[in-house]
Amino acid sequence: MSDIDQVETGTPTEAETDHTWTGRTRRWVLKRLPPDKLLPNTQPSYVASWIYVFGMGAIASLLFIIASGVILSLNGPMWYHLSSLGHFVNSVHLWSVEFFFFFMVIHLWGKFWMAAWRGNRVLTWITGVVSFAVSIVAAFTGYLVQTNFDSEWIAFQAKDAINATGIGAWFNVTNFGQMFMWHILLLPIAVIVIVALHIVLVRMHGVVSPIDADETDSQLINKEIAHVETH
Amino acid sequence: MLKPIDLKRRKAQLAARPWSGAEREYDLFKELTVGVVVVGLIVVGFAAVASSPDEAPVNLQSWANAQPADFVATATAELGKTSDTATYGPPYSTTKGATQTLGALDLQSFSGTRIPIDTAADFVTTPLHKLQTEGPALAAWNAASSKQQATWTGNYGTALSKAPGGKPSSVKSGNYGPVPALTGGLLAEAQRGALDGAILSEGGLFNTDYTRSILFLGDGTYFPNLADAQHLTGDQWGVMNETGSYPGQSWLWLFSFWYQVPAIGNLPNADLVVVGLMLFLTLLLALVPFIPGLRAIPRLIPVHKLIWRDYYKRR
Repeated sequence: MSDIDQVETGTPTEAETDHTWTGRTRRWVLKRLPPDKLLPNTQPSYVASWIYVFGMGAIASLLFIIASGVILSLNGPMWYHLSSLGHFVNSVHLWSVEFFFFFMVIHLWGKFWMAAWRGNRVLTWITGVVSFAVSIVAAFTGYLVQTNFDSEWIAFQAKDAINATGIGAWFNVTNFGQMFMWHILLLPIAVIVIVALHIVLVRMHGVVSPIDADETDSQLINKEIAHVETH
Repeated sequence: MLKPIDLKRRKAQLAARPWSGAEREYDLFKELTVGVVVVGLIVVGFAAVASSPDEAPVNLQSWANAQPADFVATATAELGKTSDTATYGPPYSTTKGATQTLGALDLQSFSGTRIPIDTAADFVTTPLHKLQTEGPALAAWNAASSKQQATWTGNYGTALSKAPGGKPSSVKSGNYGPVPALTGGLLAEAQRGALDGAILSEGGLFNTDYTRSILFLGDGTYFPNLADAQHLTGDQWGVMNETGSYPGQSWLWLFSFWYQVPAIGNLPNADLVVVGLMLFLTLLLALVPFIPGLRAIPRLIPVHKLIWRDYYKRR
């Protein structure tokens, strides 16, 4: 029975009566994140500020971090010392990280001043902060595996803070092999998963409305007029 | 007329509901594409113009050749187990009272000596044995009591510190046992590049753990002085910097900042205090939505009026 049939007859569709785990999961996902929310082609009228571009800037930077990191991974940790192309790819990796954090910090402050956790968006805020914290650890391990003077000094210096917490016994910053695996596998997975979760939550809840927005505001009372005015 | 509490609740409900007001056209994929192109131009441009730093690493060989006196003095301390690494405490050694604590909290000891390092054996005698150097001196060292060994290294360390330029060749004769021969032999092996491989291979053929080499380097003055010249030490904002004039890990500024505050940076447990502070502040940031006062700041300092100025203008 199609959805059209269901609308016409009022009887539930197969999807609605399917009590398999898969069916329930599909219903749950589609209810919370229908396609028009996942891939929107409109936004509320108040989403009209430069501050909104920095989240996308961070995502774009992350794509360049991953792409340049994959090329560096294909060639091994010593490649960039020996090849001018390798050195250029390493430079792209470095500057992608620098701009990733630049965009992310502006995005974070922007969201703070918008009090963007309002309207059941607390988890969105928390995943944003966690992704920032995990990204810092990921970048730190990147500095440890440069196989140059910088990396050996940072490892020597950073060990004291890590050891003081007792974690150094398991997260040994002077162990190149261990840090390399953390940097190219474990932490990228963590960053990608948390950022993906953050984006899904943003799409599910939408962009937070202005502080003190009220039903009496013209853009809510008279949608049509306001719509015309914003274009 | 609505009571203020009802008005507040109504506005909160509005933020939680899907937006039902005016909308504007938006193209997610177009924004992503534009973002990728613009960011791509920026990062490729910076990579092409500013490049990236790549200062060659130092090793035991470069140290031994550049500053042999510092190398020998450090090797003597490693042999006598008086170096920073030998007395570090967990996870490298069992030294009592060397850990950073916060009251009764001793997290460093909690892990135990999980990466045991015997500086005399790992840095000096095992490499010499492996390289088949200074056999008679090694035999004499191994046959001596630990008390005798400590006397020899103590005497030789003091004599080195009094010698002009710390040069082993300028040391006056004394009761040093085989220590000058052992440290001199180690210096020769380091200078010809054999010691780096000998220490690294203590972990086996496929070894990627440089802990021993880095700690040995750090016990001397050569390595830290190079870092100091590159503005990388703790009192120069430490790990957030990198070699050359690059921005480094500027996002660690707050972590490095606490070390620049004398009341914190000079504490014997400064590392533990700073890490604790940063964990606390990160937790605070994550939980801002639940903390009265903090969560009210955006309303009290109306930066949002600037962000949504078009909306407020038309409300």
